[in-house]
Amino acid sequence: MQQRRTLDQPYTNRVLLNGQLDTPRWWAPAVAILGIAVIIGLLVIGAMINKGLGVTGLGRPVYWGLFITTFVFWVGISHAGIMISAILRLTQAEWRRPVTRAAELLTVFSLLTALVFPLIHAGRPWRIAYWILPYDFARGIYPNIRSPLIMDPVAIGTYLTGSTMFLYVALLPDLGNLRDRTTGWKNSLYTVLALGWRGNPRQWKMQTVGGILLSALMLPIFVSVHSIVSWDFAVVPSVEGWHSTIFAPYFVIGAVHSGVSAVVTMMALMRWLWKWDDFIRPEHFDALARLLIVVATGWLGFTFLELIFALYGQDAPEIALREMQMFQWPWNMLFIIFFLTAYAIPVPLWLFKRVRTNIAMMFWTSILVNVGMWLERFLIIVPGLARRTPFVYTWEAYRPSPVEWTIFVWSFCWVTFLMLLFSRFFPLVPLFEQKESQVFTQDVAIGRAKVPAIVREAD
Amino acid sequence: MTTASFGSHNWGMVVDVDKCIGCQACVIACQAENNIPLNTQDRVERARTISWIRVERYWEGDFPDTKARFIPIMCQHCENAPCEPVCPVFATYHNAEGLNVQVYNRCVGTRYCANGCPYIVRFFNYWEPVWPESLRNHLNPDVTVRSRGIMEKCSFCVHRIRRATRTARSEGREIADGEIQTACTSACPTSALNFGNFNDPNSKVSKMREDQRHYTLLDQFGTDPNVIYLAKVDPDKKVSVGEAASHG
Repeated sequence: MQQRRTLDQPYTNRVLLNGQLDTPRWWAPAVAILGIAVIIGLLVIGAMINKGLGVTGLGRPVYWGLFITTFVFWVGISHAGIMISAILRLTQAEWRRPVTRAAELLTVFSLLTALVFPLIHAGRPWRIAYWILPYDFARGIYPNIRSPLIMDPVAIGTYLTGSTMFLYVALLPDLGNLRDRTTGWKNSLYTVLALGWRGNPRQWKMQTVGGILLSALMLPIFVSVHSIVSWDFAVVPSVEGWHSTIFAPYFVIGAVHSGVSAVVTMMALMRWLWKWDDFIRPEHFDALARLLIVVATGWLGFTFLELIFALYGQDAPEIALREMQMFQWPWNMLFIIFFLTAYAIPVPLWLFKRVRTNIAMMFWTSILVNVGMWLERFLIIVPGLARRTPFVYTWEAYRPSPVEWTIFVWSFCWVTFLMLLFSRFFPLVPLFEQKESQVFTQDVAIGRAKVPAIVREAD
Repeated sequence: MTTASFGSHNWGMVVDVDKCIGCQACVIACQAENNIPLNTQDRVERARTISWIRVERYWEGDFPDTKARFIPIMCQHCENAPCEPVCPVFATYHNAEGLNVQVYNRCVGTRYCANGCPYIVRFFNYWEPVWPESLRNHLNPDVTVRSRGIMEKCSFCVHRIRRATRTARSEGREIADGEIQTACTSACPTSALNFGNFNDPNSKVSKMREDQRHYTLLDQFGTDPNVIYLAKVDPDKKVSVGEAASHG
């Protein structure tokens, strides 16, 4: 920990509530522009549902393309929340405090976005009730629980429910704070949402216990969600490059890699946009980058293992697929970009403390990671389907159509839009966590410098 | 899964590749019988053709000793089908007669089954099917016209099986061997395609599948297909019996 100014509570309140109490000037234009983009995207989705999936670039045998890639990508991003707020909370990592809410928020919004993709990519999306609800309607049968496509909505639904509850429980003290600082309709809104929060010891105790319980309950989800998403591919025996037993842990660690990187991107933006330099500090980026080095290297290990498992069998179609993935145009170009952006450029840079504490560098490297991680999913899904099967009559390529690209871009606008909308009404950095960490911190004199050190009461 | 009470049938096909001359009559018959939309240029270019049966052509040998080889490929109606467990809504399942059935009403169009199929014989309706005005009265009333957004594939002309079953039951008799012909088998001029009941040991197909030339497609996936192929016999090539039988 470095030397820093002491932050008193009125200052914390004033600065961290600036999104709600005096909205920054850029907020309205930004929301308006994103709102227009979101509406355009929704119109395109509506048109696609109206016209049919013929407007995509999909064909035969590449039946899954950009939509499923983007679905896996957003589910991956959503792992940010559980990593930061559950695992770091249970391991009592102090530096997580200003990041928890942003990470949890990213989880909720990216899951909401991820859920859209499998639904709109279905041929008859208006029939999803048959698919997702365990209700037999007039057919006399329930959904097929052997299918990973049934396990997907269950896992994602559980994750979404858990994350939303977690987010809300952590929001309660701040809602009480906002209620006391607002008037008019906003006051009424916060009064309802704060559920009578008065900050008495009993409420604090319940809020803390609830948070810890939810963290612990959500730990299995950490493993289950992306494992199940990976089974969408891994259970298909006939597609080389999909049918791999290592997919579950491989996808989970890849998801943590992309999710934590997305949190870094978001933190940099929060620091710049709301000027929270005192709260989101270089040491937080430093800690996240250290975590990312470990996660990324673990993920790289799995990437190599997957390759080794594939080649170990000396199976001709499997080797042919890997050759196509890595050495044939245009996959080779994508593969090089993927490897450079997901690992080769960011991780060696993070080894330097100068990079880890440089916000701009962290911002750009974390963006690179997510470019790479999106390409990773694309390189798993599409070459697997576009593989050269023994039947030459089915050799076809895939080129995403403008409609698919528009919906892809829409998903990013949509998440940012939701985030900004949220920031107008709720604090993005948890005030109570910030203040709690100030209570736990004592200034320790080391020579002439005064350095904050964490004290925890033993109980 | 079904509550079929009629005798024990296991419908299947034996394809004698040696007899196939690549005339495509089966393809045309299937298109006409099963209300398959026209494979226009646009559909071909965008890899969205639908052909429940296709005749693949391969060239063998170097010029001038080049030979054309043909192999008709349709849904293999696998006993252990990779397409079935992945469907979230049971739109495809195996019925008691050995058919891999596609229930159009249930299908939501996830296309997961198509990814699972190693033979790539499942087709997705990317657009609403359209026919030129002149073909409007051509549609087969026995077969559902599939709307957009659902999967379809070879059904072994299940409507013909149902009709023959009903007829036989009303007349109080068993279905005779060869009574049911699918559109492709009835169109095949060389009897390369043969349809029948594998559960009846005396049926034509049961006898044909005993041929030492028999093999199944892509048997490394263990799909256990109900379509049996009989290998090409090449008079110019000396192949020992064991090698021909194990060829897959």
